[in-house]
Amino acid sequence: MTKRTFPKWNTYTWVGLLMTGLVLLLGIVGLFWTPYSTTQMNAAEIFQGPSLRHLFGTDNFGRDVFSRVMEGLSATILISTVVVLFAAGAGIVIGAFTGYFGGVLDEIVMRITDAVNAFPSILLTLVILSVLGSGRQNLILSLSIVFVPSFVRIVRGEFIRLRDADYIKRARLMGVGRVRILFVHILPNIFSVFWVSVMIGFNNAILAESGLSYLGIGVQAPDATLGNMLADAQGYLQVAPWYVLAPGLTIVWLVLGFSLLSEGIRIGGAQDD
Amino acid sequence: MKYLGKKLFTLVMTLFLVSVIAFLSFEIIPGDVVSSILGTEATPEREAQLREELGLNDPPVVRYVNWATGVLKGDLGVSYRYSKNMNEMMPVAELVGDKLPVTLWLAAFSLIMIIAVSIPLGVMWAKSNNRFLDAALNVVTQTTMAIPSFFLGIMVTYIFGILLKWFAPGGYVSYEKDPWGFAGYLLFPALSIALPKIAMTARFLRNSMLKEMQSDYVRTAYSKGATKRKVMYGHVLRNAMIPVITFLGMIIAEIVAGSIVVEQVFGLPGVGRLLISSISTRDFPVVEILILYIAFVIIFVYFLIDILYRVVDPRISEK
Repeated sequence: MTKRTFPKWNTYTWVGLLMTGLVLLLGIVGLFWTPYSTTQMNAAEIFQGPSLRHLFGTDNFGRDVFSRVMEGLSATILISTVVVLFAAGAGIVIGAFTGYFGGVLDEIVMRITDAVNAFPSILLTLVILSVLGSGRQNLILSLSIVFVPSFVRIVRGEFIRLRDADYIKRARLMGVGRVRILFVHILPNIFSVFWVSVMIGFNNAILAESGLSYLGIGVQAPDATLGNMLADAQGYLQVAPWYVLAPGLTIVWLVLGFSLLSEGIRIGGAQDD
Repeated sequence: MKYLGKKLFTLVMTLFLVSVIAFLSFEIIPGDVVSSILGTEATPEREAQLREELGLNDPPVVRYVNWATGVLKGDLGVSYRYSKNMNEMMPVAELVGDKLPVTLWLAAFSLIMIIAVSIPLGVMWAKSNNRFLDAALNVVTQTTMAIPSFFLGIMVTYIFGILLKWFAPGGYVSYEKDPWGFAGYLLFPALSIALPKIAMTARFLRNSMLKEMQSDYVRTAYSKGATKRKVMYGHVLRNAMIPVITFLGMIIAEIVAGSIVVEQVFGLPGVGRLLISSISTRDFPVVEILILYIAFVIIFVYFLIDILYRVVDPRISEK
């Protein structure tokens, strides 16, 4: 059996990668450079429609919407990356140990993840944020906590599936250490399932972040994220529809890209098995 | 019956745990409630008096017990932010009371839309052999699922409210004044919550049916001369619906979360908007009650789904 850390490519994976890649690139560039200043107001250019000079038009302060979308994208991407890295990392460690060893600890962890998974993530984050107070750091912290259980669940299930596989039994007989079995022998074999959950995690993080920022509880102005841009833009729906469409469609594009990627990896992973 | 008793016990225990967590997490928050209500200018005597009135001098356990027994008796406490008049504080029950029907109706409308559209759509999709239709539905549902409810809400406002003028954006009439107008104002918010969930449920049902259609009992039914119609509705759909019921439980939890966001988009005076504003103004008695209420709805829905699941699939209770 050849080990593959990433399943076979298919149309879904290609289209998904292309879609997310394009937007991620914009977001990364947006960290360092934007075509126009994102804060400089310009009274002469208020509410200009999309044109070659301003691809997505300008907003109520005459700021270039395209530049603000780039800035918002980088914030959204940065936040969701940190959240997914933390939650997936914690999920791997907790899921690996509870799934492989079982026992009382496993039972307790499972009850907690069941309880947390029963509630929509945006609601739980809202509750934690109401205790911690809003803002970027607290948003990242609370989303990270809320997202851990979904990863634990998936990783645990895979470790249970594989812990009695022949090659694991053989490794045990040969005297391979426990930690090595967990992370060198089993972990590489769960990657296709794991990547799917990472992509779904990204989606949920993006949706939760933009939802909370839209509600005014996540990232606060003047920092732009796609969510709070939408909240600002909503008031000008009638005069400047492009101002709403730009951040909104960017979210849709990003989320769609990640779901196509996860679909592609899932199908590819099933073909590998 | 034994099963029902066990489930009821779990239900009560979970609610108890949620109430403890909801209450205690707001106890650890730094900041003095009294000075935030009265401002910094208040006299020490007035502060001490209010502290006594609100029972803030008691230890947390006593306060929890007082709060919980109050809630059970229907006394939900007083809001820190809203007041009835100069001398009287606003009871949370009154604050929440008239917001509840808005959210409940909104959730009910969207659930009805989801069930009414997604089930026929899923069945039709599973039955069709048309490759073009299959591809089209695939693209449409994937895209719909990617639209966050608040953006969908804004788009619905733009298309139906501003371009077509089918409703007045930001408008609302109360249930008592005009039931039909009330329903009309809830229709479009409900649509924004329902659309992505319709796509999700239809996909889920279709996949579930495709899986069932490969079972042996389907072949047997056909070989016994059953018509396609009979096999599809009498056998496949019935079995395919079992996982869909669990899925719908999850969807209901998502509807509750979705309504919080969508109420904000359409400016509906529901529980969600109250929750958001109470969080921003740190009005914790209101937040606690709303968390408890939402948790109760979700836990109760899962409880009902568990029961329903056994009714639909008798095999589970035999085990």
